[in-house]
Amino acid sequence: MEKPVLRTPSIDRAPKPDYIRHMTDIETIDQTTQEIIDEFAFFDDWVQRYEYIIELGKALPDLSDDKKDEAHKVPGCQSQVWFHARQEDGRIYFDADSDAMIVRGLVALLLRVYSGRTPDEIIGTPPAFFEVLELGSHLSGSRANGLHAMVTRIHAYAKAFRDEGSDISPDNVVPIKPGALN
Amino acid sequence: MSTNGAYPIDRIRADFPILSEQVRGKPLVYLDNGASAQKPSAVIEQISRTYETEYANVHRGVHYMSQMATDAMEAARVKAQEFLNAADEKEVIFVRGATEGINLVASSWGRANLKPGDEIILSVLEHHSNIVPWQMIAEQTGAIIKVVPIDDAGEFLVDEYEKLLSPRTKMVAVTHVSNALGTVVPVKEVIRLAKAQGSAVLLDGCQAVPHIPVDVQALDVDFYVFSGHKLYGPSGIGVLYGKQALLEAMPPYQGGGEMIDRVTFEKTTYAELPFKFEAGTPHIAGIIALGTAIDYLNGIGFDAIAAHEHDLLTYATDQLSAMNTIDIVGTAADKAAILSFNIKDVHPHDVGTILDHDGIAVRTGHHCAQPVMDRFDVAATVRASFGLYNTRDEVDVLVSGIKRVQEMFA
Repeated sequence: MEKPVLRTPSIDRAPKPDYIRHMTDIETIDQTTQEIIDEFAFFDDWVQRYEYIIELGKALPDLSDDKKDEAHKVPGCQSQVWFHARQEDGRIYFDADSDAMIVRGLVALLLRVYSGRTPDEIIGTPPAFFEVLELGSHLSGSRANGLHAMVTRIHAYAKAFRDEGSDISPDNVVPIKPGALN
Repeated sequence: MSTNGAYPIDRIRADFPILSEQVRGKPLVYLDNGASAQKPSAVIEQISRTYETEYANVHRGVHYMSQMATDAMEAARVKAQEFLNAADEKEVIFVRGATEGINLVASSWGRANLKPGDEIILSVLEHHSNIVPWQMIAEQTGAIIKVVPIDDAGEFLVDEYEKLLSPRTKMVAVTHVSNALGTVVPVKEVIRLAKAQGSAVLLDGCQAVPHIPVDVQALDVDFYVFSGHKLYGPSGIGVLYGKQALLEAMPPYQGGGEMIDRVTFEKTTYAELPFKFEAGTPHIAGIIALGTAIDYLNGIGFDAIAAHEHDLLTYATDQLSAMNTIDIVGTAADKAAILSFNIKDVHPHDVGTILDHDGIAVRTGHHCAQPVMDRFDVAATVRASFGLYNTRDEVDVLVSGIKRVQEMFA
C-alpha cells in the first residue's frame, strides 16, 4: 500500500509551548478547525487518515511520568488520558498524553484547536469538526475513544478559569462526574 | 468453511441475521461473543411471537392470555432446569442476569449466614460482578475475603486454594470459566474440597454455559448463575440455580408483587419457591425466548459446538503464536474459546480501533477483571472470543487485521 504523503502545515515538531503559541497567535479557532478538516479531506481512505493520526500521536511531546497521576486522569476513557492546564495572559494552555497512540493523535488535534485560546473561545467551540474527519467518531465512537470525555474536561478547565480567575490551580478543577459524560 | 465437515456451519450462520450485516463496508466478523452473543432468528421471532400472540401478565390472570403466557414462561423454566440438570424447576430463579443472581445470593444468603470472621473465598480470575457483591456483604457482616491465586498460564491453583480453606470458610464463589483468559477452572475439585470443609459454593457460569454442558447435580454445586445474552438469548434475563433447601432457608431479596403469599400491614407471608425470589412482573418475553435459545443450542448439540469452537481456538492460537510480536495472555491447558492477547508496543485500544475498521469486533480493555490484568501486569488486552457461528475464514480475517495493525504502528 502506498504511504500517504503527510501534509503537516501547522505541526511544528519543536517542543511545546512554542509550537502551540506559533499557531494560535496567527489563527482563529475556526481557522484551525477548518485547516484540520482540509488536511483530512486530502486522504483517500480510513487507513491514511489513521496513519496520519498515528503520526500526530507519535509527534506529541510526552508528559513526564509524575504528571500522569490520578488527579489529572480523564474519567470515561477506555484508555488512560491525562490533561494538565495552565493560564497565561488570559489564555489557557493544555498539556496532555495517553497510553494509546490513536488517542494521542486525537489529543494532538484537540490541543491544536483548544490550547492557547481564551476560556470563552474554548467554551464556544464544540468538537463538531471531528464529525467531518470520518474517523468513525460519531456519537458512540466518540465515547469509545474518549473524545467526548476529553472535550468535557477541556471545557471544565475553561469554565473554572473563567469563573475563578487566574489564581485557580488546575488541580482544583472539580472532577467530572462520569454521568456527565453520557 | 470449517474443517469439521459434519458441522453445519453454513446453515448455522444463516440462522443469525446480524452476521450478514456489513460494518464500514466490510462483512461483520463478530469475535466478541464473550461479552454478548448474537441471536438466532428463532429467538428473535419468539420475542415477536410472544407479544403478538400469547402475551399478558403471568401467574395471576384467570383469562386465556394470562394462562398462555404463564404456561410459556413456566415451560421455559423447565427448559432451564433440564439445561442445568437441576433436580426441580423450583430451583430455577429468573433474574436479570448473572450479576443480579450473585447479588441475590450475596445479599440474601450472606445476611442470613455470614458472621464476623467468616471467610469467603474468591479467585483472581473473577469478573468484577463476582467480587463486588461479596465485598459489599463482607463489609456489612464482618466476613473476610480470601483470594485464590493463579499461575503464569492463568491456571487456578488448587494447592493454594486448599491452603485457604478452613472451618471458617462459609462460601467459595468462583468462576467456571475465566472471561478474560478462557481458563476452565477445575470446579469439580473446587466443590469437593469446599464440601469437605462444610462451605457453600457458587459458580459463575456465564462463560461456561455457551461452551460446556453443565450438570449442577453431578457437580453438587449450591448456586450456579448465568446470563441469557451470552447464551444466544435475550439480554436482561438470566438464571440463578440454587439448591432447594438453601433457597427455602434464605430470606427474600426484594419485596413486591408475585413474591407474596398474603399481605397485611401486620405481617406478610411469602410465596413458595421460585416466586419468593421473583418480585415484580418478570421479563416474560425474555424468559420464553431464553427457553428458545436453549432449544436452539440443544438442536446443534454441545459436543458439536465444543468440537467446532475448540478447532477455532486451536487454529487461532497457532496462527497468533507464530507471530513473534504477539503475547498471548492466558495459556491454560483447558480453555474455552477465548483468546486474550497483546501486540508488542501497540495499545489494545489502538488494536481494537483499527480492527473495527476491518469489520472485526473484538473486546479491548480490562474485561471487568482488573485483578487478572494486574496479575499479568498489563492494563488491558485484546480479546477474541469465539461462538458457535464463527469460522476459520474469520480467524484469517483477524490475522490479516493484526498484520495491518503491525504495519500501521511500525
